[in-house]
Amino acid sequence: MKKLVIGLFALLPTLSMAAGPAMPLQEANIDLTDQASLQRGAKLFMNYCLGCHQMQYQRYERTFRDIGIPTDIGQESLIFDGSKVGSHIKNAMDKDDAAKWFGAAPPDLTLISRVKSPDYIYTYLKSFYKDESRPFGVNNIVFPSVGMPHVLQELQGLPTPVVEEVEEHGKTVTKVVATETDGSGEMSVDEYDQAARDLANFMAYVGEPSRLDSESLGIKVIGFLIILFIFAFLLKKEYWRDVH
Amino acid sequence: MFGNIINWIDERIPMTRVWNMHIAQYPAPKNFNFWYFFGSLAMLVLVNQIVTGIWLTMNFVPSAEGAFASVEYIMRDVEYGWLLRYLHSTGASAFFVVVYLHMFRGMIYGSYQKPRELLWLFGMFIFLALMAEAFMGYLLPWGQMSFWGAQVIISLFGAIPVIGDDLTLWIRGDYVISGATLNRFFALHVIALPLVLVILVFLHIVALHEVGSNNPDGVEIKRKKGTVAEEDKPKFKFHEYYTNKKDIVDAIPFHPYYTVKDIVGVVGFLILFCYVVFFAPAMGGFFLEAPNFEAANPLKTPEHIFPVWYFTPFYAILRAIPDKLMGVIAMGASIVVLALLPWIDRGKVRSIRYRCGFHKLNIAQFVVTFVILGWVGATPQTDFKTILSQICTVTYFMFFVLLFFYSKNEKTKPLPERLTK
Repeated sequence: MKKLVIGLFALLPTLSMAAGPAMPLQEANIDLTDQASLQRGAKLFMNYCLGCHQMQYQRYERTFRDIGIPTDIGQESLIFDGSKVGSHIKNAMDKDDAAKWFGAAPPDLTLISRVKSPDYIYTYLKSFYKDESRPFGVNNIVFPSVGMPHVLQELQGLPTPVVEEVEEHGKTVTKVVATETDGSGEMSVDEYDQAARDLANFMAYVGEPSRLDSESLGIKVIGFLIILFIFAFLLKKEYWRDVH
Repeated sequence: MFGNIINWIDERIPMTRVWNMHIAQYPAPKNFNFWYFFGSLAMLVLVNQIVTGIWLTMNFVPSAEGAFASVEYIMRDVEYGWLLRYLHSTGASAFFVVVYLHMFRGMIYGSYQKPRELLWLFGMFIFLALMAEAFMGYLLPWGQMSFWGAQVIISLFGAIPVIGDDLTLWIRGDYVISGATLNRFFALHVIALPLVLVILVFLHIVALHEVGSNNPDGVEIKRKKGTVAEEDKPKFKFHEYYTNKKDIVDAIPFHPYYTVKDIVGVVGFLILFCYVVFFAPAMGGFFLEAPNFEAANPLKTPEHIFPVWYFTPFYAILRAIPDKLMGVIAMGASIVVLALLPWIDRGKVRSIRYRCGFHKLNIAQFVVTFVILGWVGATPQTDFKTILSQICTVTYFMFFVLLFFYSKNEKTKPLPERLTK
């Protein structure tokens, strides 16, 4: 019986090997404890993303507190529309207008790191390339035909596509597999990678602001339970001496 | 002083009698193993769901406009709201983990056999109520998977001839899943079904205590009066309700022996449970599905729609059959056939320990089938997986068909006279 159970569990890993994502994502290697990175991410978000994308479930004040920005400094340098510090992170863009301009209203980004993943955000931000056939002159490898312009172009420059012949379902197709910087941006390649990582990090934080609290509380709870387990086990042994 | 208070109460309500009859002097077989933890763990999870559910209800807004935002409000603005929510969402999955293991225990040790048929049936009704409870609860966060999952499941009722369309309309309260559906599911999820569950659990335990627990040997501990020699009787005191009718062997009082043992099980379970709650509440997309972090959008269908993992074995059976109505019937039958197990199994021996080798193989194939069906139902369909799910649908029902035939004249091992260790 025991062998049977163990055998079945041994089978599990092979069964759970599901297909990977269609597009290989680059690892963002985010670190939620890196407050400098979170602060840079917040600054990038407020400057470049918030014009179109909201974080409508997250409040400024909570954000500032969690990522180590004093409230008055945050109020002064990161809230651009005069909102109160206790407000949700919202913009004034009209949804119907936005849908007209971009084809679809820009999605709320509070939970984007949980709908997709921090790796997805990181890769997405690094995957814009020049494509004259698109309305904004850019396309994206991980999100083909995306309706969003390359907002970070002044930082990254306008990357050119690297095309390769790929075998797909028995047919050979040309596909954009990578991008190459044209050097016109303010940032070097490494600096831009770091900026994309900071943004992914910040969005991962906003997706689940309780993550760090949860882990520090979790260690205490599980530590307590392990000690309790030892005593519970000894108590059981003591009582069961009359049975055996 | 304390004795006086107890006396005062006992003269008005049978507190001590019930305590003795059902806990302190309740005879339980002495050889319970690992598999016997899951009944008490299911009760623990039920209590967790009710308590965290009450606090979640205090901040949840059951409307199409407010539900999703209120869940994020709980996650961000309510003190320890994230903990309440993760305890509840992890608890839902944990409930099915322990209930499936509890049911499996019943299967391998033949705990459904006479005289425990009604006990098993109450258990099956608990399982049904639990599925309804989980399904309705999953709509409440009003995410994409909540919405589209409910859309798929409710539309199944449309496959029923003649009344199908009207029935789905009646369930939804609207032509599509809408705020009206959310409101009624909320009412059913927080009041109606928990009440049903608690009543069924009570009946399950009353039935259990009337017939007594089975055990890993499947050998009855209650013997005909006068057949057990005085020196073979256990040294413990059991309630006369049990000893008046039968002689009892190899039993120990539930309290303190199994209460202290269950505490070990509870703490061990909590270690695993809390690991998930605090470190991996989404459990890689199995406990909280990624598309459900996006608010419900009736105009945007997700790329793939899957129910949560605990429904996927049955969902795979549904998808295995090309005809919708037949698929629904097969899915329903896959649960009904479990409820009929006491009558399908005609064996005289309960425990897998003393049954024929073929029975062991049959149970093993059933477990493999169930796991494969669960995997197929939780991943995108391919031609290979469709065939695999059809094969597994056959082997799922084959378990019961084979059992019905070989159990009649099964070659079993001799049963021990007394419980083994």
